[in-house]
Amino acid sequence: MVMEISCEEVWREVSNYLDDEITPELRARMLEHFKGCKHCTAVLEGTRNVVQLVGDAKAFLLPAGFSDRLYQKLDRKLSEDGRL
Amino acid sequence: MMSTGPMRTALPATSFRVGGEILPGTKSRVNPLESELILRVLRGQHEAFRELVRPCERAVFMATQAILRNEADAEDAAQEAILKAFTNLAKFRGDSKFSTWLVLIATNEALMKLRKERRQKLHDSLDDGRKDEKGNYVPRDFADWRAIPSEALQTEELRQALSRALASLTPKHREVLVLRDVQNFTIEETAKVGIGKSAVKTRLLRARLQMRDALAPGMDGSWSTGRREYKQVRPW
Repeated sequence: MVMEISCEEVWREVSNYLDDEITPELRARMLEHFKGCKHCTAVLEGTRNVVQLVGDAKAFLLPAGFSDRLYQKLDRKLSEDGRL
Repeated sequence: MMSTGPMRTALPATSFRVGGEILPGTKSRVNPLESELILRVLRGQHEAFRELVRPCERAVFMATQAILRNEADAEDAAQEAILKAFTNLAKFRGDSKFSTWLVLIATNEALMKLRKERRQKLHDSLDDGRKDEKGNYVPRDFADWRAIPSEALQTEELRQALSRALASLTPKHREVLVLRDVQNFTIEETAKVGIGKSAVKTRLLRARLQMRDALAPGMDGSWSTGRREYKQVRPW
């Protein structure tokens, strides 16, 4: 039998839950809560999905020509500093 | 131009040590290939710097883009950060991965640029009315949705929606989300921007919930199906 936890408490900890930054006791209470609360489960799963999406390499692309411009600038700096 | 700011230094001080040697008893987090490349650059083989930086280019650009929200400014800040990394490579002491050090420099560079150009705007409108009595962020959308698959990121529409959602965060929340979730930093590494672990967690919670709320309308299936129309799957 685990102690109940409110929706508000779950929202405060949902990020720490995903990062595994909570105690086993709190994890057990949250798990029990998710079983009976569709709203909090939706918050958890949506947040998990967001974390997975923003971490995906395809989410943010480099502008075309980024590397070329970067190394041109680096070469210029090296020339100015007399290192080339 | 290298800029300086009153509140931050351009380089993450926690990662520095004169001479670049690892302190006795400190475990290096730099992989052997990176170590070799760093040594080559320090010995004057400057072309090795490209090889060192190339795998980090996207991460550096993301760090600056997330904060500045303007592609041209972000590219400029990313270039400045990489040039600073080159100039200060001898001070890199290897107590973090090279990419972590570089991304922290880029993050600081972008934040200084933001302050310098007085373009820091408070995006408190999203926060207003969504706090409970204790000031905690309250999710505004409780609809269940189909998970957005990573394949959906091939659509420009979803990538733009992610960028807009990221842009809706305040700079301090965006910074933490980008380091933790985009760059995959640990909580400890994220705290190296100069805030405590507790502040990282608090900001991360707010940022993630706001991102979720911002993306929620498309989570009803339209990102997955590619259809333009909003598909109502909410039970109300």
